[in-house]
Amino acid sequence: MSSSRPSRWGLRILGIGYLTALLLAPLVMIFFKTFEDGIAPPIDAITSPDGLHALKLTLLMVIVAVPLNTLFGVGCALLLVRHKWKGNAIIDGIINLPFAISPVVIGLALFLLYGTNGWFGPALAEAGIKILFSVPGMLLASIFVSLPFVVREVVPVLQEIGTDQEQAASTLGANSWQTFWRITLPAIRWGVAYGMVLTTARVLGEFGAVTIVSGSISGETQTLPLFVAKQFEQFNFAGAYGASLLLALLALSALLAMNLLKGKEA
Amino acid sequence: MEAHAAHPAAAPGPRAGIRLPGAGAGLGRGTVLLYLSVIVLLPLAAVASKAFENGLDAFWTAVTAPQAVAALELTVIASLIVVAINAIFGTIIAWILVRDEFPGKPIVNAVIDLPFALPTIVAGLTLLALYGNDSPIGIDVFVSRVGVVMALLFVTLPFVVRAVQPLLLEMDREMEAAAASLGARGFTIFRRIIFPNLLPGLAAGVALAFARALGEFGSLALIGIAFKTEVASVYIRSLVESGNEAGAAAVSVVLLGASLLLLASITLIQRWSSRHERGGDTGLLVMPPSGEDFTKEKEPDDE
Amino acid sequence: MRNARNSRRRSVKVGLPAALLALLIAVFAAGCGSSDDSTTDAGSGSGGSLSVVGYSTPESVYQEALEPGFEATPNGSGVSFSNSFGASGDQSRAVVAGQSASVVHFAQAGDMERLVEEGGLVAKDWTANKYKGIAQNSVVVITVRKGNPEGIKSFDDVLTKDVEVVTPNPFSSGAARWNIMAVYGNAINQGKSPDEALADVKTLLEKAVVQPGSARDALAAFTQGEGDVLLGYENEAIKAIDEGEDVEYVIPPSTIQIETPIAVTTDAPEPAAQDFLDYIWSDAGQEIWAENGYRPVNQKLVDPKQFPTPKDLFTIDQFGGWGTVNDEFFDDETGSVAKIEGELGVSTTG
Repeated sequence: MSSSRPSRWGLRILGIGYLTALLLAPLVMIFFKTFEDGIAPPIDAITSPDGLHALKLTLLMVIVAVPLNTLFGVGCALLLVRHKWKGNAIIDGIINLPFAISPVVIGLALFLLYGTNGWFGPALAEAGIKILFSVPGMLLASIFVSLPFVVREVVPVLQEIGTDQEQAASTLGANSWQTFWRITLPAIRWGVAYGMVLTTARVLGEFGAVTIVSGSISGETQTLPLFVAKQFEQFNFAGAYGASLLLALLALSALLAMNLLKGKEA
Repeated sequence: MEAHAAHPAAAPGPRAGIRLPGAGAGLGRGTVLLYLSVIVLLPLAAVASKAFENGLDAFWTAVTAPQAVAALELTVIASLIVVAINAIFGTIIAWILVRDEFPGKPIVNAVIDLPFALPTIVAGLTLLALYGNDSPIGIDVFVSRVGVVMALLFVTLPFVVRAVQPLLLEMDREMEAAAASLGARGFTIFRRIIFPNLLPGLAAGVALAFARALGEFGSLALIGIAFKTEVASVYIRSLVESGNEAGAAAVSVVLLGASLLLLASITLIQRWSSRHERGGDTGLLVMPPSGEDFTKEKEPDDE
Repeated sequence: MRNARNSRRRSVKVGLPAALLALLIAVFAAGCGSSDDSTTDAGSGSGGSLSVVGYSTPESVYQEALEPGFEATPNGSGVSFSNSFGASGDQSRAVVAGQSASVVHFAQAGDMERLVEEGGLVAKDWTANKYKGIAQNSVVVITVRKGNPEGIKSFDDVLTKDVEVVTPNPFSSGAARWNIMAVYGNAINQGKSPDEALADVKTLLEKAVVQPGSARDALAAFTQGEGDVLLGYENEAIKAIDEGEDVEYVIPPSTIQIETPIAVTTDAPEPAAQDFLDYIWSDAGQEIWAENGYRPVNQKLVDPKQFPTPKDLFTIDQFGGWGTVNDEFFDDETGSVAKIEGELGVSTTG
């Protein structure tokens, strides 16, 4: 269908205009706002002890949540695709829940489980284990919100590649681990990689659930997104935008990785 | 499990088992269920339990409190407006990405995923900077319901675009060519031929976007301090901080219920649409973002 | 053949789940021993880790001045700090819910008493010292847009003129309660009856276009363009002006003195925690407060030009102290203000 020139330009202007106003302009804004008063203020804010701690904490979230959810994702995908079971649809449904639940509700849920009056609160307190207002609670929140990505990316790939190669490898004498390592994993690696990037981006940006379970204790339980919010509240705009810029750069790297990996699954 | 039990050591392969055939899958399944239970199900059960802790009356009171009603109303209405707008613009953008060629197209395609990658608090901060009362371009609308809509537009845009793109790609151009040769013009062709084919993907994308919008928090946290702009998630947070966990749980249950309905409807839509084969016969949900590249049209022979 | 495939998946299935379980357990185990980080070894003035939990406005004063100032003193060398600030009521509840704290600084005494009563986290005699447990003072002022376009001079102006008010929610914010008692006291001291005074409070809340969670949130809302008039701490108004916002403030002729309570918790590392408190009460500490717009409790350090005294400055004691006031006015269900908020559709337990 060939569209007329005016309508083609009309669509372009509408589409790209919308994107610019909604996505691109705000992105550019971060850069401008960060260095509004010079280079020093944002850098000072980020390299302050609290800023650095926030960065470290955010990276810690990533380092724990991503491998966990990747392991889970690959294993679960194998399970769902290679083993037909009546309950697979239920498992699939549960896996999709994190997409549909507000992060605030997730924070509340963790509060209800591990708070002092929660289901496990008293028992944990007695054992000296602290979940809320501390790192483990934040990890649980991060794992929850980023759970589905690897599964979902690996499932279609597993379906597409089929079992022929794996079967061939078995008959040639490869044992289970070898088959997985040498045949299955390489075949799904781009799906896994893409899923891991999405997981990472989601963990980096998590705000709602972590706000509630962490108490946003600066220097202890404040991730970078929480740091941004706190700095903004304190009128430390340089700090808020500086940390935002850092997060935006990480996001753009994730975006870049996403786009490089796209289409490699084919 | 039954399937495996029915096939005991039939044809002994290289590693015919000393182990029970079903054990491996069973153990794996058990672990998966345990992981999901600890991480996902248990927390949700706690919320549901707390919501009704003091009985149905208390639940109803919490949910019908004026501030709760206002927050839920704003959330639902804003989300509806947002998905309607993004249904239109998302389709337009998907269109120009698939059917059009222009310089910088790969960049535009990449940028669409920005809301997936960018932390929501950063999105909120920068939208506030751009469209709030310090706006460099003089547009001061963000601290208002318009701002709520804008923030939600930001976070939900990719859902529609990425849901429509693959359908546009797979579309059979011959029908369009036939219609054109019969004298139909651009918009008629779109309305009668293209749009119906997009509908399943669009519906799924819209439902997903809607579910996402209902729960959005980060981008609204900085402005969500007024009644006029207080969405459900912000209200829930304030309830939690004030120690009213039962009330927070009650409102959460309402949100959860809506989201679950949406998820279920997406599954139904995708099952009904047999054209869309990426989910395969496992009946599993396929949603954006996806690792496929939807800017290059396949040749008609590829399928 | 099928068995080969099964057995491949079997050992993958054993390997992956095992790793998964191990990592998951590690996540929970990380919680062990991370409790009570505030009670790590506190040698005599040579170290320790203090968790400061405070109400919303003094965050930057602590982080940028008081804590570094204390660390530079002999008693404070080696002491490290962690900070959590937010709406006073919410913070108080968080500490009761398990958030660790060594030094707590709230906006009104009721939030301190909660820690005494629920869990014995603060000693009953926290007021038994020179300054009766108060860290610094302020007064309730009216912040307006630059130029005072509406010509506000007192609470009566706020109540009678057609203006939109920003005041925090009294059920999460301590500052909000001061605001309400200021308006209430303003009426009583003019000779109005308690019922008439409550009617004034209702008028105020009816005019409230937003009731954010904390004093700082209220300031943020106001500076972002909400409302015509902000009720709140003098120190917040001063902060806003320092930050270059286009606002000014009016000290009403009749207003209430805000007294913010501070104490060490029962399991705080000593003597570091008490030393920090003493620093806050020292001349150096009080000067820091003054520089940041707070009125020192040490009257000698109050500069009358910077901090003029209103003609009718009353305190919460006029109404029986926070214990009585919280019960009578702010009880979730029976308090008179709770009833008013309920009539206006504003969440009180929220």
